[in-house]
Amino acid sequence: MNEIVRAEGLVKRFGDVVALDGLDLAVPEGTVLGLLGPNGAGKTTAVSILTTLLEPDEGTAMVAGADVRTQPGQVRERIGLSGQYAAVDEALTGFENLDMIGRLYHLGRTRSRRRATELLERFSLTDAANRPVKTYSGGMRRRLDLAGALVAEPPVLFLDEPTTGLDPRSRLDLWALIRELVARGTTLLLTTQYLEEADQLADDILVVDHGRAIAHGTADDLKQQVGGERIEVVTSAEHVERVSDVLRPYACGDLQVDRNVGRVLAPTRGGPKALREVLADLDTVAVDVRDVGLRRPTLDDVFLTLTGHKAEANGDGDGSRAGESVANDPCDDDAVAVAPLTPPTPSDAPEEAL
Amino acid sequence: MSSIVAALSDGAVVAKRNVIKIVRVPEVLVFVLMSPIMFVLLFAYVFGDSISVPGGSGYREFLIAGIFAQTVLFGATWTGAGLAEDMQKGIINRFKSLPMSRSAVLVGRTGSDVIYNVLSIAIMSITGLVVGWRIRGSILEAIAGYAVLLLFAYAVSWLMAYIGLLVPSVEVINQASFMVLFPLTFIANTFVPSDNLPTALRTVAEWNPVSSVTQASRELFGNIPEGTPEPSAWPLQHAALYTLIWVVLIIAVFAPLAVRQYKRTSAR
Repeated sequence: MNEIVRAEGLVKRFGDVVALDGLDLAVPEGTVLGLLGPNGAGKTTAVSILTTLLEPDEGTAMVAGADVRTQPGQVRERIGLSGQYAAVDEALTGFENLDMIGRLYHLGRTRSRRRATELLERFSLTDAANRPVKTYSGGMRRRLDLAGALVAEPPVLFLDEPTTGLDPRSRLDLWALIRELVARGTTLLLTTQYLEEADQLADDILVVDHGRAIAHGTADDLKQQVGGERIEVVTSAEHVERVSDVLRPYACGDLQVDRNVGRVLAPTRGGPKALREVLADLDTVAVDVRDVGLRRPTLDDVFLTLTGHKAEANGDGDGSRAGESVANDPCDDDAVAVAPLTPPTPSDAPEEAL
Repeated sequence: MSSIVAALSDGAVVAKRNVIKIVRVPEVLVFVLMSPIMFVLLFAYVFGDSISVPGGSGYREFLIAGIFAQTVLFGATWTGAGLAEDMQKGIINRFKSLPMSRSAVLVGRTGSDVIYNVLSIAIMSITGLVVGWRIRGSILEAIAGYAVLLLFAYAVSWLMAYIGLLVPSVEVINQASFMVLFPLTFIANTFVPSDNLPTALRTVAEWNPVSSVTQASRELFGNIPEGTPEPSAWPLQHAALYTLIWVVLIIAVFAPLAVRQYKRTSAR
């Protein structure tokens, strides 16, 4: 398929901090690529380079047939960007914001106004069109920001953490809008910290850590890799062993035990039925049970599995290792389609593997 | 040539947005207009009788042009603060992702900030008239006097635009510019005749462009009475010319620097 965004070997340093360390990525036309990673992984830097806000120190990138380095003007004509910080002007009304963007895309007065009205209608902002943006809710601002990225109907769209900080309802609204855009054929590159969001929206997910890709695959691939659902039991420290004994028969793979917080995780395919049986078994042995649940894999689980460390808040190279073991035998019988691009660090010896 | 047209037409769109902001966030405007009134009244009544100026026409007549120069110089801080704010809020990132001229945001900002200066000079002129200042030259000369002030303010706006993009923090801009601008406006002939200063400071004051702006507008407003001794330093003898040289120099250096910084900079 025709790759409408392609980047090779992107490197960007800010002083001593290496924000991007040889990132490659490709987005086929009409598909959605999710860049998944914690804060400081380099997602925003990658988007900034692809949208010509920053120049890379090394590497090349082509967007919609133009080189970001040598033809930035052409790139800008063919992309839309909606940033991590809602980049709309608070003092201006929704209409004024979109009209201004249209004028700066050189649509001309009439087209620009018509487009602003259309987009406000489509994003359910018509009632608020003539109110200053500072009176908008967080969800309305994000919708307006997204509308701003669509003014020139660009073939390629970049969304940098489009739903960070939104309440669940607004997040669902925004997801629906994004799906609609993609259905109309827009190519999308989106960054997110949420596995669920990548799962909902992206055809293809690139997991990024410390400025480089550490895994690449579909959401299902990644979930298989991290072992799907787990049964989680939180107990007191002295009962961890007994709880582990109860869980072991239900686990298809190694248990993960965190003695500090008294938590035992068992990969499972049994779903709620297995959970019910575990609860019954826990009743027969006298143990403290503080919490029990069926957990879906999170970004932390993906990172734990792929790198052996938790998703970190910053891009520090050798950050602290969590005292948890790596599930080295994911519970599935299919071939694991995800190829970790860097092997788990050997120094992360499982401390408490059972 | 087409790039200049693009800078101006895109710049006009940005300037329009800034003007809307001036109206919607009137707190800034109130401050811009109140502080020059305060300065005129403070200096006129606190120092008015203690400072004697050559020519015997009174301190207030001498003072007003100095206040004009000081106010438009401080007014340029709004350019830096405005850009720093746009940077912090991610608006500059939005502009940078659009296929617009790379200098339009700066052209628009420095252009719309002229409005602040026009308004504050108008308010100061009225306050000045109330406390006894008069324009004693011709109307054409008076217009030229205002033009020199506005041109100088416009040039300093570009300097502040560069600093605003370099240090994108409104608080830092305000503190830093105060530290630079305050001495710059005081080691000059703004509030006292430079002849009264100790020798070292006097030389600085004579070559300080703030002095030449002040001197030029005093001359053009006819505020230098008969019998005032001719200034001995070349910049003050050719005040308007010397000021214009500074205007060209500041824009020639800082406009390209500011545009370069705009291209490089990013909120993250």
